[in-house]
Amino acid sequence: MMPAGILGWVMAASCSAAAAPIAPPTPSMFDPMGEPASIILNITWLLIGICGAIAVVMFTLIGYAIIRCRAVEGDDREPAQIYGSSPIELAWTVIPLMIVFVLCMVSARGIFELELETPPEGATEITVTGHRWWWEFEYEDLGIITAGELHVPLDDNSVADMFLTLKSADVIHSFWVPQLGGKTDVIPDRINHLWLQGNRAGTFVGQCAEYCGTQHAHMLIKVIVEPREQFDAWVATQQKDAVEDPAVAQGKHLFLRTSCINCHTVRGTVANGTFAPDLTHLMSRSEIGSGVAPNTPENLREWVFDPQNIKPGCDMPSMKLTRDEVDLICAWLETLK
Amino acid sequence: MRLAGDSEVSTLETPIGPATGRPPFLSQLHEWVTTVDHKKLGSMYVVCGIIYMIIAGLEASMMRWQLAWPGQTVLTPEEFNRLFTMHGTTMVFFVGMPILLGSANIMIPLMIGARDLAFPRLNAFGFWLFLFGSILLYFSYFGGQGLYGMGSAPDVGWFAYAPLTERTYSRGHSTDYWILGIFVAGIGSTATGINFIATILGMRCRGMTLMKMPLFVWIMLVDAILIVIALPPLAAAQIMLLFDRLLGAHFFDAQAGGSALLWQNLFWFFGHPEVYILILPAFAYVTEIIPVFSRKVIFGYPLMVAATVAIGFISLGVWVHHMFSVGLSPLINAIFMASTMLVGVPTGIKMFNWTATMIGGKIRFDTPMLFSIGFLCQFLMGGLTGIFLATVPFDWQVSDSYFVVGHFHYVLFGGLIFGILAATFYWYPKVTGRMMSETLGKWQFWLLIIGFNMTFGAMHVSGLLGMPRRIYTYQTERGWDLWNLLTSIGVIFQIAAFTLFAINLLHSAFKGRRAGDDPWDAWTLEWSTTSPPPAHNFDEDPVVYSRRPLWDLKHPEDPDWKYE
Repeated sequence: MMPAGILGWVMAASCSAAAAPIAPPTPSMFDPMGEPASIILNITWLLIGICGAIAVVMFTLIGYAIIRCRAVEGDDREPAQIYGSSPIELAWTVIPLMIVFVLCMVSARGIFELELETPPEGATEITVTGHRWWWEFEYEDLGIITAGELHVPLDDNSVADMFLTLKSADVIHSFWVPQLGGKTDVIPDRINHLWLQGNRAGTFVGQCAEYCGTQHAHMLIKVIVEPREQFDAWVATQQKDAVEDPAVAQGKHLFLRTSCINCHTVRGTVANGTFAPDLTHLMSRSEIGSGVAPNTPENLREWVFDPQNIKPGCDMPSMKLTRDEVDLICAWLETLK
Repeated sequence: MRLAGDSEVSTLETPIGPATGRPPFLSQLHEWVTTVDHKKLGSMYVVCGIIYMIIAGLEASMMRWQLAWPGQTVLTPEEFNRLFTMHGTTMVFFVGMPILLGSANIMIPLMIGARDLAFPRLNAFGFWLFLFGSILLYFSYFGGQGLYGMGSAPDVGWFAYAPLTERTYSRGHSTDYWILGIFVAGIGSTATGINFIATILGMRCRGMTLMKMPLFVWIMLVDAILIVIALPPLAAAQIMLLFDRLLGAHFFDAQAGGSALLWQNLFWFFGHPEVYILILPAFAYVTEIIPVFSRKVIFGYPLMVAATVAIGFISLGVWVHHMFSVGLSPLINAIFMASTMLVGVPTGIKMFNWTATMIGGKIRFDTPMLFSIGFLCQFLMGGLTGIFLATVPFDWQVSDSYFVVGHFHYVLFGGLIFGILAATFYWYPKVTGRMMSETLGKWQFWLLIIGFNMTFGAMHVSGLLGMPRRIYTYQTERGWDLWNLLTSIGVIFQIAAFTLFAINLLHSAFKGRRAGDDPWDAWTLEWSTTSPPPAHNFDEDPVVYSRRPLWDLKHPEDPDWKYE
């Protein structure tokens, strides 16, 4: 009674996803943006075909029984008792076995295609570390550490391959950006790899998919696929130390005097904590708190004043600063382009 | 043999009270507490299971209120996380388990013509361990605060992945309550499993060879064996976790050399057989109900037995399909994909055989049959999305998303709970002596069909659109608003349906029509005794010649034993 409805919903979902505006679209697996996600989608269509056919057969049989085999009022005779039939039962044992065999073969091929041990040629290699509750991205070749937003360049063929090395600093997380590929768990005593690919410029969203505690819901991921020049410009900025601006020295001084520096790094200063996101180029990111709020001056002030109001349960405490002190610190933070 | 819980005993012990009518309240209470009668213990299991089902349903409703629209603040994140942990834990351990143990408790001795289970006192022990285990878990709402003032109820999810459960990340004692509550209840379930096996193998009436047992009993035998195999590994893992938390061990403490995956392997080695432990009883219920209401013998009894045994066997070798995304080698993933899909074959055989039983029958659409047909259709959907999830590449997309939540609710709600409802309407007259209201039952059925499919159908879509499970809120830009709203609206229909069910259960207990011995014109032994059955079940030890002893009695000209 329900398969048509569900399939209809799935189709509607894929259509609506395709019609959605460019940035940031619904993270639908029916709107793939690269080879890994496309391989998975092709297998999905096969599954929908086979399982849909099974559903049609079963519902037809059940429907036939319901409509044609009703008891008639006043007819007290029992129907013919049929105890079974070996050929029929053999048929519905062997045919499903053959279907399972075919499905296994096709999907096993997909597994071996997608689970790569070494990076594909020209892939950007990034080490992803899951923290409660934010993502750290390290480009070891480029000497860049950032948080929450992952930048990757398109190559000459307009393809952006990324090969992620997944690590966790605390509990298990899971890295999932549906349009670029499947998910892989991020486990503290294990190093996993994940191949993703984007084939056009744009912003693709995802989030942590393994329950990791209080703020599991706010551990968002943004992958920004961009042309090479744009990426190079971004790299050049990220590689610099923090901007020095005498106009906001007072805020900087205040920041360095409070315990902010135990957790945060701002390169070029004494702040070198590694427990929390690197703030050296905070203003190059569009969101704060791992996607909990847009990075606007008001939000930033509210966040520094008391993060627990915006992201209750997160590890950053309120530093009990006055509003004036918050203004000073934020004025400095806003120069960290 | 005189049993301590027999009603004559209690009456003798409490001479005070009215000369006619019910004994005084205290002696009734005393009797329920001290009883070792399988029917009373079974009824208590089922009643407790239904009460916990209402509690866990309310927990789910609160979560759906929070998620109906994006960015709501009905619940804090901590409250939400506790709710989904308690909802899952309660539904699996304190709704599914007790109702299956209770129904098997009541029905196995009646169906095999025995007087009670093999070990009645062990049976009572199992029930009270379950009850106190569940109370221990819920006591965490009051006692889980711990030294640090952190947490009340557990908030680590029902599969409690390490190292989130380590002391570093889970302060206070809520996780300890989770461990101990389930551990205690699990000992009771294991004991009862052993009891079922001993009863079925040793106490069948004369003439009932293994291949003449009702399929209900066969399925419960396989179920009990699975319980005995699967629950001890969970208990072991929980003790290891308790050592980690209280004695400073490091089994699962990844930062100190422990293994996060060890917990997943141990837990799912229990956890996957567990979901078959939960769904097999639903198979057992509908395998009895569908033939009776189609007026036809079950199609292909020997193959049904073989399929049951095959499901039990294969289900012990599929647990890694919960771990496809942890980055195991392609070969391991492919092997467990194959074993997982393989379990679909015997399950498919069952679907076909149930349908073949209906075809050519003269189907009566009473409430038990309606819920059985609901079971067939919805379990089919859940089974097919199970094939989807077994396919590793697809699983990499949707594991831990709402698609999975939709899938297992189609199996465990659309399957198990619909089976339980069918069984309740079917056997309620046998247990209480009164019929449930058909009108209320049919209203409940249609409300539930609408609400269930709206809620859990829409969940599949939010999952395919990228919504992970266990998030307490979401952003409106993600395009999940409509589907979440639909999911939440469905809950309203379900609340209405279960309210009718509660009214029906209570009202029918006092005002329901008298049932008589055999209201459904059925064929298995339990319908040959009175409703409710006397403490000793049967006045004479039954003797059977076929799988349908009452059919033989009703149709002496054409008995079953000629064909089996």
